Amino acid sequence: MSTDIEALVNREYQYGFVSDIAADTVAPGLSEDVVALISRKKDEPQWLLDWRLKAYRRWLTMKEPHWPNVTYPPIDYQGTSYYSAPKSVKPLQSLDEVDPELLRTYEKLGIPLNEQKMLSGVAVDAIFDSVSVGTTMKTELRKHGVIFCSFTEAVHEFPDLVQKYLGSVVPYSDNFFAALNSAVFSDGSFCYVPKGVRCPMELSTYFRINAAETGQFERTLLVADEGAYVSYLEGCTAPKRSTNQLHAAVVELVALDGATIKYSTVQNWYAGDKDGVGGIYNFVTKRGKAMKGSKISWTQVETGSAITWKYPSVILQGDDSTGEFYSVAVVNNRQQADTGTKMIHVGRNTKSTIVSKGISAGRGQNSYRGKVHVLPKAEHARNYTQCDSMLVGNACGAHTFPYIEVENKTATLEHEASTSKIGEDQIFYLKQRGLSAEQAVSMIVSGFCREVFKELPMEFALEAQQLLGITLEGSVG
Amino acid sequence: MLKIDNLTASVGGTQILNGISLTVNAGEVHAIMGPNGSGKSTLAQVLAGHPAYEVTGGTVTFQGADLLDMDPEVRAQHGVFLAFQYPIEIPGVTNAYFLRAAYNEIRKAKGLDEVDPMDFLDLMSDRLKLVEMDEAMLQRSVNAGFSGGEKKRNEILQMAVLDPTLAILDETDSGLDIDALRIVAHGVNALKKPTNATIVVTHYQRLLNHIVPDHVHVLAAGRIIKSGGKELALELEARGYDWVLEEAGLATGAHA
Repeated sequence: MSTDIEALVNREYQYGFVSDIAADTVAPGLSEDVVALISRKKDEPQWLLDWRLKAYRRWLTMKEPHWPNVTYPPIDYQGTSYYSAPKSVKPLQSLDEVDPELLRTYEKLGIPLNEQKMLSGVAVDAIFDSVSVGTTMKTELRKHGVIFCSFTEAVHEFPDLVQKYLGSVVPYSDNFFAALNSAVFSDGSFCYVPKGVRCPMELSTYFRINAAETGQFERTLLVADEGAYVSYLEGCTAPKRSTNQLHAAVVELVALDGATIKYSTVQNWYAGDKDGVGGIYNFVTKRGKAMKGSKISWTQVETGSAITWKYPSVILQGDDSTGEFYSVAVVNNRQQADTGTKMIHVGRNTKSTIVSKGISAGRGQNSYRGKVHVLPKAEHARNYTQCDSMLVGNACGAHTFPYIEVENKTATLEHEASTSKIGEDQIFYLKQRGLSAEQAVSMIVSGFCREVFKELPMEFALEAQQLLGITLEGSVG
Repeated sequence: MLKIDNLTASVGGTQILNGISLTVNAGEVHAIMGPNGSGKSTLAQVLAGHPAYEVTGGTVTFQGADLLDMDPEVRAQHGVFLAFQYPIEIPGVTNAYFLRAAYNEIRKAKGLDEVDPMDFLDLMSDRLKLVEMDEAMLQRSVNAGFSGGEKKRNEILQMAVLDPTLAILDETDSGLDIDALRIVAHGVNALKKPTNATIVVTHYQRLLNHIVPDHVHVLAAGRIIKSGGKELALELEARGYDWVLEEAGLATGAHA
């Protein structure tokens, strides 16, 4: 029985190819010299080098966190290379100058960087092994005053903005992986939407790890000025490799008074094989600061990575600000995920919503970890949390760790949780109507995730749904 | 169309069907009646291919092909439809999405083109009338939060959309009030064609007032112990099952 469910969760990872591109890779190991070398390669101003070094020194004093509900062998931080860039990537005047092999890589991934072929209405920044290889639709965006470029470019062209906001939400001392990122980050995306501007298109960053034995440490900084609106999506893939690779990114969002930021992630890093060999360690710090009357909404669909450790959070600093977190996290085979959010209510009448859907299949372990903290001055704060788990098969696990801290009596908090098992009867019902086991599982799981998918921009919702089907292939058992 | 020969089946190691033989021809309606626990629903589930039931012997031929050799979805694609006694809830999946997916799978299996959402909606509006359902229910999740009667009507709606060659109605009348029973029966009758056949599994005769069978079979202890015309159902309604069981040499036990 249930061979159906089993047959479903094990489809091959289709983004697992390696591109043959000459790369400029720094020898493995981490020291002040390496930090300085990265900074020099990027021709950075002194203040940024100083900031990196402070982060590095702080990192040396910190310990890797072991409270997440995941297990993995010790990471050799001296065995990882902290910088890899496709050669000759330097000052590109146009996409025509991009290595054609790189463009082919992105086409294989279904991300055409060629502007003529661009999905209309989406601007893409592509990050290849930590370095931005091209941002599309730049000119169109500039007409509206929107800055969307690689982090490195921003450091040179808009140093004041970068200096003002870098580390303002996630300080370099925040946690072990954020400190590491602050010391060695090589590139990432930068976005600034000016006062009162509604960004005319979806912005998208596509992350790709290619080189072996390389960590990817990108940094995203997104600032929406007063009354601005921006919707941002990031996607990620990596080749199949038998070794684990570290990905420690930092994302900082700043929503000034009355601004809205919608940040969506479809994470599909290589998850390792069915026995748990290889795969990406996705240890990411994502946080937004919401000022008066602003709104930050995180939507994430996490299907990849051997281990996921991330808690996209919102500091509800300003009065009447809103934070949202919609999450689908899927684990299959030997994948482990410890993910959730933190909603920190500082201002009055702040409101947060958390909807988490965890799906566990194979021998996967999925933990929701969430914190709702209402500070003393947060009068009339409200939170609604819904946390649902679905189990596929008998060998997986679902865990929930909700933390609630309330220091103001006027707060209203609701918490709902459920656990269900995908049933043989549900699958049989759908098969009896002519659907394959694969379609059946995919349909049941999509239904389970519907509340989250509807938060994604349309075309990405479809992609997420397909991705979910692929991740769960072979899981029906 | 359907030929069941000496079929035996078990669930969890317990034999439930003890040698069933039955032939159903195109254009016919067969009623399978019998006391609780006689194996009626098991027969329905086995014909649809539920994985919990193990076929231990016998053959089932459907339109010349070995039905037992087919996966459940292949049986469905070949035109076998089971209206479930307990329709399953699929939260978050709209009825419209589900029905169109199923409809298109069956079309694909027949080598036909898939139907786009707009054309499908046109088709649906017609079918919805048949079971007196509102278009709003297309946007509701499959069976989730449906009343018992709505679930059963939804089964008949699916049947109307998928247009099966062989429909098996498993206790479709249970839990229905008179109005819902009438609607369901009307739907089934309207779908009747010389090229399809229906097997109605029921404990009570009342559904058979609305869906008139050509043949009635009494199932007990996993076997067909008596077959007859529609008048047999009326006789069972009047006299109960005990006399048939006694005729067949089965202990009647302590029926309430």
